[in-house]
Amino acid sequence: MDLQEYIAQAEAIEHEGTAALQSAADADALEAARVAFLGDRQGRVKGLQEALRGISKDDKPAAGKRFNEARTRLESLHGDRKSALQHAMSPVDRGDLSLAARRQWRGAKHPVTLVIEEIEGIFRELGFTVAQGPEAETEWYNFGALNFPPNHPALDAHDTLYLEGEGLLRTHTSPVQVRTLQKYEPPIRVIIPGTVYRRDFFDASHAPAFAQIEGLCVDENISFVDLKSTLNRFAERFFGASRTRFRPSFFPFTEPSAEMDVQCGVCGGSGCPTCKGTGWIEILGSGMVHPNVLEAAGIDSERYTGWAFGMGPARIAVSRYGIPDIRILYDSDVRFLDQVAGADR
Amino acid sequence: MNVSYEWLRAFVPFDQSAAELRELITAHTATVEELLALRQDLAAIVIARVVEEAAHPDSDHLHVTRVDAGTGTLLDVVCGAANVTAGKMYPFAMTGTVLPDGLKIQKRKIRGATSDGMICSARELGLGQDHEGVMELDVDVPPGTPLLSALPLGDMRLVVDVLANRPDLLSHLGVAREVAGITKKPFALPAIDGLGAVIPNAATHATSARAATVDVRIDEPGLVNRYMGLVIRGVTIGPSPEWLVTRLASIGSRSINNVVDASNYVLHELGQPTHAFDVAKLGGSAIVVRRATAGEKITTLDGNERTLNAEMIVIADASRPQGVAGVMGGRDSEVTESTRDIFVEVANFNPSRIRDARRALGLSSDAAYRFERGVDLEIAPRALERLAQLIVLVAGGQIDGAPVDLGYERPATPAITLRVSRVAKLLGEPVGADEIAALLQSVGFDVDRTANDLLITVPSWRGDVVAEVNLIEEVARLRGYDRVPMEIRPFRPGTVGDDPQWITSKRVRESLVGAGLLEARAMPFVAGGESFVKLTNPMSENEGYLRREILDTLARRAEYNLARMEGNVRLFEIGSVFAPRSGALPAEQLRVAALVMGRRQPPHFSDPKTPEFEAWVRYDQWDAKALGQTIAAAAYPAQPVSLRDADHPDALWDIVVGDAVVGAVRRVSLDAPVWAAPAFGVELSLGDLDSSSVAPQGESAHRPFSRTAVSVTRYVPLASTPASEFDLALLVPDTVRGEQVERVIRRVSGKLLERVELFDQYSGKGVDPGHRSLAWRLTFRHPERTLRDREMDARRSDILRALADELNVRQRSN
Repeated sequence: MDLQEYIAQAEAIEHEGTAALQSAADADALEAARVAFLGDRQGRVKGLQEALRGISKDDKPAAGKRFNEARTRLESLHGDRKSALQHAMSPVDRGDLSLAARRQWRGAKHPVTLVIEEIEGIFRELGFTVAQGPEAETEWYNFGALNFPPNHPALDAHDTLYLEGEGLLRTHTSPVQVRTLQKYEPPIRVIIPGTVYRRDFFDASHAPAFAQIEGLCVDENISFVDLKSTLNRFAERFFGASRTRFRPSFFPFTEPSAEMDVQCGVCGGSGCPTCKGTGWIEILGSGMVHPNVLEAAGIDSERYTGWAFGMGPARIAVSRYGIPDIRILYDSDVRFLDQVAGADR
Repeated sequence: MNVSYEWLRAFVPFDQSAAELRELITAHTATVEELLALRQDLAAIVIARVVEEAAHPDSDHLHVTRVDAGTGTLLDVVCGAANVTAGKMYPFAMTGTVLPDGLKIQKRKIRGATSDGMICSARELGLGQDHEGVMELDVDVPPGTPLLSALPLGDMRLVVDVLANRPDLLSHLGVAREVAGITKKPFALPAIDGLGAVIPNAATHATSARAATVDVRIDEPGLVNRYMGLVIRGVTIGPSPEWLVTRLASIGSRSINNVVDASNYVLHELGQPTHAFDVAKLGGSAIVVRRATAGEKITTLDGNERTLNAEMIVIADASRPQGVAGVMGGRDSEVTESTRDIFVEVANFNPSRIRDARRALGLSSDAAYRFERGVDLEIAPRALERLAQLIVLVAGGQIDGAPVDLGYERPATPAITLRVSRVAKLLGEPVGADEIAALLQSVGFDVDRTANDLLITVPSWRGDVVAEVNLIEEVARLRGYDRVPMEIRPFRPGTVGDDPQWITSKRVRESLVGAGLLEARAMPFVAGGESFVKLTNPMSENEGYLRREILDTLARRAEYNLARMEGNVRLFEIGSVFAPRSGALPAEQLRVAALVMGRRQPPHFSDPKTPEFEAWVRYDQWDAKALGQTIAAAAYPAQPVSLRDADHPDALWDIVVGDAVVGAVRRVSLDAPVWAAPAFGVELSLGDLDSSSVAPQGESAHRPFSRTAVSVTRYVPLASTPASEFDLALLVPDTVRGEQVERVIRRVSGKLLERVELFDQYSGKGVDPGHRSLAWRLTFRHPERTLRDREMDARRSDILRALADELNVRQRSN
């Protein structure tokens, strides 16, 4: 046999062996293929090895190399296929697969965080970024700069916790509006999630510390159209294709002010206990930024206009998750948070 | 603010139903929170016709009747009223109906005659005091028609949420004015039959005057914006007429007596609080508006004794206070059944002073509510006239002389320029000058047209409108917010990027959630003490301070869980902590903390059932250490983090980033039951929160947004050469720390050392006392070639020699 012939033979054996090993559907077929190609006595690889003897001395190294390649390849293929079949078919430990999995604790974000992140995501689509600020604030940032008249009934809704010495705990996230406007030039498009404080007794519907998320957009030529359309888009994204309605409202720091309602998802607008028969659910307060606020932050209110909104993620969370008492959100009961995590207990 | 639909309709002849009115008022003026049908207690009463009537055979005053109540059969009803007449219509309560007084109508025998239902009197239905007989109805409806749909008894109440800027809406007059504007109808004060007493014009004075026999004086200018008074003689205090009782009932106000009811009527109709004093009880026949003296006492109409301060204003007689100005009258000069002559007060007080007094006294009233928000200064004369006429109508008596009008100065009403272009700019679409003018005029603004703009004079009742932007709001709301186009317009991207701490918080939160922890949001108030930030007005004393540490909060939350028999706790929170700083806002820091205790994984049926496993499966300090590293890595990415032994009690490690201690890992002591596992905590700073002033008030200090540098871990080529490893089982004296040993190993091993892993710790049998056995696995790798055994042996000997020389650490022989 000359070298060329030998190599052709080796190639044929390798090719056929590969096919036979790879197509073996179970352990028996694999064993038959092994015996046929890699068997010690009748195996075709053995035959190929024996045929080496008939190769001339000069050609032997090349032929031997080719033989080794073929054998190694088939052997390793056999090994791979064997373990693949073993794993796939192994009847071992199939047992009762209905038994419980070995679990890890599942973590979870707080429901209020989930609501905030969802809101954040929607406003990101519309070009907003996140601004932050301190919770301990000055009277000026919390009230004065936001056009609260001193000793005005508008302050009644902002029953304030004061700090001994200096300052107060912010009653809304709006001070961050002023800080942002002072710090960065328009165009401003930010949302401001954060904790705010009111001197409210901790009961089923009030907490003295709670989350608020606020938005601010200031640029040239910003109008009520932008306010309405942006907030309507938010409502579409957040609540599904529901209708919105804007009503006159009052906040010292916006003018005109508007409250946004979405059509009640429970009754579809026909009136039910959830919406107190009105067909609408109150979602957020908003308005065009009052010129006095812009001027307080050193922004030319003739050149720039803007709009702002604010809402309470905890209120949204309790209605969304059907939580009957807002304190459940803050108790940090592991059993409740595990529900949020979607974990079995 | 309760508004009666019928009362409004007495002002404005609108066509809208109550439900439609609700929508209109909500869309244009103020939210109507509720719409209540009144007299629903009469919903079951129907109108019935008495078909036959005969005297009861066994009674001299009862009648037996047959009644058609629209049921298809005639009902036998016994009736005791003398006036019951065949062929007439009456209100009828069928068997099973509950009357307003709670009486349930039952079918029964009365002296042998069946009675199946009841023909009702006005009194039984709460429709008047008349119980002389059943209530004959002059209506033409089929029997069975509900009473409420046949008679105008079912007034509707609109509960309007009046916001702080619109005190003008705290009256039917104010709401009616808006409704007239929105519906484009005229409006006028409701006509009252028989009203006609002539009130002379008031005489105006600066600080004192005489109203009939009463000397009226303002003690000090500025105490009151306007004080009007009038004496009415010879009134007879008694019940109010039906219409007045019904009007007041429609807004939820109970009838007291005719004079008080007249005052309440004027309050709700015109928004002007008024008060009537019994002249006979005014000492010295004087009315003095003055400051209270500190500590002065008065018993108010609600029967409580109040102690006053010098900032409060009282209405006093010659010697003592007879009322807290603008808040509540005094009991001593209250109008009673024996009152004959009254002094009627119609005043206007400074909002801020009333607010202070109301808050200081903790005393709310309809009057204070309105004064605090601002009452129309010009309504006083009209209110006085209306009230005096009403009193004369319902309580008799005579006007004695002219009213006095003190302290009044007509305020200047500067006109405001409203630019048509500015309306378009703010509302986002042009609104014509004519439309703007018409809208504003519809609610009482005076409009002067100039070339391009409008010159607006604000009516006296709209103290909230002081600038152009307020007028633009008026235009927007009267026009309707629903008319503003809904289109997302192109916008420019903002100059501000995400707050870096927000990004960090998110990363930390994700990593903790990934580690199986649950996020808490708890109240940040603590019992505190010195070195804590104190609240000046806390809700309760044991929550009088702000937390310095989040772990403080989490510890209380863990105890809450333990109290509910939940011993496996794994909580984290991200939030602010506070520390006092003298003369400045507190130092505020954003932090993350985590608390773990109990099992680190849920139980599984395959778990080993051994005490060793039970101990092993609980969170321990090594988990806490890892948690500390995880959090620090998330908070300070690609920065060198190390955990250093802490030297304070309960603390285990300080978390060090660079050279700064940014957090700690520690044991957390809890008020815990015996079965509870030990608790471990991690607390880490995410940076300070800057509460300093950005720029002076009214100024900006704009700066470019500085992006947070992204920290990057550089790529290290992946080795393709094989690793070589060996183990070192070492006898380490108790005085030597593991990290010292590792330091020597690393130094001596040089660059090729890839990994050092402690895989065993043992002490006890076979280990010398004062020592422990620690075993490390060392992995070496050369980037280009396989390491030879010889090289490895050499390294091993070098390491062992250095350990022996430097730390007296030897290889364990057995």
